[in-house]
Amino acid sequence: MAKLTIEDLKRIKEQVKKDTALREGGATVKITVHMGTCGIAAGAREVMDALLQEMAETDRQDIRVVTSGCMGMCSSEPNVTVEVQGHDPVVYQGMDANKMRQVFKRHVLLGEVQTDFALARMKEESPEEGSAEQET
Amino acid sequence: MSTYRTHLLLCGGTACHATGSQAVKEALLKEIAKQGLEKEVRVIETGCNGFCAQGPVMVVQPEGIFYQKLTPKDIPYLVEEHFLKGRPVERLFYVEPASSETIPGMNEIPFFSRQVLRVLRNKGAIDPEKIDEYIARDGYLGTAKALLEMTPDEIIAELEKSGLRGRGGAGFPTYLKWKFAKASPGEVKYMLCNADEGDPGAFMDRSVLEADPHAVLEGMIIGAKTIGAHYGYIYCRAEYPLALRRLDIAISQAREYGLLGKDILGSGFDFDLEVYQGAGAFVCGEETALMHSIEGKRGMPRPRPPFPAQQGLWKRPSVLNNVETLANVPQIILKGGDWYASVGTEGSKGTKVFALSGDVINIGLVEVPMGITLRDIIFEIGGGIPDGKKFKAVQLGGPSGGCVPEHLLDTPTDYEAISKVGAIMGSGGMIVMDEETCMVDMARFFIDFCKEESCGKCTPCREGTKRMLEILERITEGKGEIEDIERLEELSRFVKDSALCGLGQTAPNPVLSTIRYFREEYEAHILEGRCPALVCQALITYSIDTEACKSCGLCKKNCPAEAITGSKKPPEPFVIHEEKCIHCGVCFSGCPFDAIKKSSGSKVARAA
Ligand SMILES: Cc1cc2nc3c(=O)[nH]c(=O)nc-3n(C[C@H](O)[C@H](O)[C@H](O)COP(=O)(O)O)c2cc1C
Ligand code: SF4
Ligand code: SF4
Ligand code: FES
Ligand code: FES
Repeated sequence: MAKLTIEDLKRIKEQVKKDTALREGGATVKITVHMGTCGIAAGAREVMDALLQEMAETDRQDIRVVTSGCMGMCSSEPNVTVEVQGHDPVVYQGMDANKMRQVFKRHVLLGEVQTDFALARMKEESPEEGSAEQET
Repeated sequence: MSTYRTHLLLCGGTACHATGSQAVKEALLKEIAKQGLEKEVRVIETGCNGFCAQGPVMVVQPEGIFYQKLTPKDIPYLVEEHFLKGRPVERLFYVEPASSETIPGMNEIPFFSRQVLRVLRNKGAIDPEKIDEYIARDGYLGTAKALLEMTPDEIIAELEKSGLRGRGGAGFPTYLKWKFAKASPGEVKYMLCNADEGDPGAFMDRSVLEADPHAVLEGMIIGAKTIGAHYGYIYCRAEYPLALRRLDIAISQAREYGLLGKDILGSGFDFDLEVYQGAGAFVCGEETALMHSIEGKRGMPRPRPPFPAQQGLWKRPSVLNNVETLANVPQIILKGGDWYASVGTEGSKGTKVFALSGDVINIGLVEVPMGITLRDIIFEIGGGIPDGKKFKAVQLGGPSGGCVPEHLLDTPTDYEAISKVGAIMGSGGMIVMDEETCMVDMARFFIDFCKEESCGKCTPCREGTKRMLEILERITEGKGEIEDIERLEELSRFVKDSALCGLGQTAPNPVLSTIRYFREEYEAHILEGRCPALVCQALITYSIDTEACKSCGLCKKNCPAEAITGSKKPPEPFVIHEEKCIHCGVCFSGCPFDAIKKSSGSKVARAA
């Protein structure tokens, strides 16, 4: 490895920061893949794979991916919830790898909710999105 | 490059190693592979997380969930439930002892929530064996600034503004030390780091080296540039194998990146260093003894002046700083002296790391803003005294320090305030003692330590500690005289004033402070043959409480002196025969029904 200059230092910092950013606060988007037994059976793992590939390709450091258990909507699994800070969470149903990529590119990165497969916003004040689920 | 969604920050510090974090790590890797999560979940082994009493500990990010006391058995369930299905496992959470509440988030746990992390900012957050992770958290930017943009005088000015004082014990202003060494003429100078850490109960420096070794290297590079040194040594005790390994890795990675060696970061400045392993003698932490030791001579102190800043290692101007002192430097350079001085008190700026140990619920490493009271550290962060017992005193500064009793617990952690009550800030060892501690015995323990560790070069220290130990032993055996208290005070003053180095000069401190605050305990031993804390074996009488005794006969069986008689059938009460008893305490700790009682002072000291 050649001697570092201060530019190299800054470059390494930016590169690695993307990985370690996960350990700091400052997330503005949280994507939850529901990984109950039913979700996994319905293909949640493929959805997760696609999502992590997308994550690797973006420079954004403020996106967190977490899993959660069954959300009681097994018939529509795999389900994915996207929470953008300052907006209501959006639940997507019947996801697959391609839909996940679309949601990531359009909703997560550009802020356009993909209403075609959005099940619901989690709060009432979004009547256009069909049957609203109440947050408990 | 792929992205992980979860990072498991598993503690790989010395304490967690000892409680099995390696086995937990293997189990984790195996189970993660089994569940096919290798590309999603990453395991990072960190340095000491601080909460050693709960080890092995692990923090899960991004959620910030804190798991404790992990065993390999817990892992399959944990991986499937939490890392696959996203359901955190409550039974592995921290339980707040006072309320019995489980607390999932690390930052909600009181032990962590009151801390301010500066020196320990990377603890448990980076893999200390990967320089890139250090760089990602602003690593080496302080060095870059110091080497490329600042003159030595500007660095000194920034340190002066910061108010940073040496964390090795004496609290000498760091900027002054550097200024003196810079002003000393000489082509060859040395930058040295003291990682000897000899105080019993102290592990701050070890943890910094294990968790964030590059911060110390940076401090040394910046110091070297300031004083004009091109070579340095880190003096670390051989009993710190993990710290030594992490240092070695850090140094070779820094060299590979050209952060040590010639023309660092293209600045034209050269600096390299090596680690010197000490054999762990307490006196070798003293600066002149340490330098002798690096020179290959016996680790003995020499009189000062000349001070190391004029004539140090190999008679060249040298600066010796403590690990924690150096680890503060890069951030002071990067963020400025004003930032550093924004917390603390008038004369004590910034934060201090303490190693909490002894009779306290949360044993571990804490970093707090200076000025916070001892009470806050022990009771809020430390969680108080276990088993509902009462607080008695806290020993600050190890064998060189003193104890602080209950009524002075609101003393702030400030160099001057602490010395006013007869203790010292020291390097940060904080040993909490409950009501079952005998203060005479405690003083005896520390004097014994100093007597053993005295290098023997000067008579006051060599002979004085021996005489003091004899007197203290006599008192704990009930053979003391009332004049002994005065003798101890007189000897203390004499040794303090005439010993050559800090070891001897400070050795009497625990004796003086226990006499100052617990004189009545000395008197009880001497006048009544009574050890109020029921510790001093020779002054304790064991007896059997016939009400509680179930005649199981265990004590009789275990007594090495055949001092107990009695039988179940025919019923004959169990009795301890005082004249035969050797006070070993075996019956006391072995009785399943707590029927053996200790008492003291019921008789005049029998040995007299
Ligand atoms: C007997 C004795 C033992 C010492 N042990 C240590 C030690 O283990 N670590 C340490 O940093 N300083 C120790 N010191 C203090 C050092 O002599 C020295 O003051 C200190 O390393 C300077 O660094 P600082 O200015 O950054 O505090 C000891 C001093 C004495 C007298
Ligand atoms: S062990 Fe306890 S209960 Fe058993 S005989 Fe001895 S005193 Fe009695
Ligand atoms: S203290 Fe030891 S010697 Fe004395 S009675 Fe108990 S077991 Fe026997
Ligand atoms: S060694 Fe693991 S918390 Fe201290
Ligand atoms: S050995 Fe240091 S004072 Fe005697």
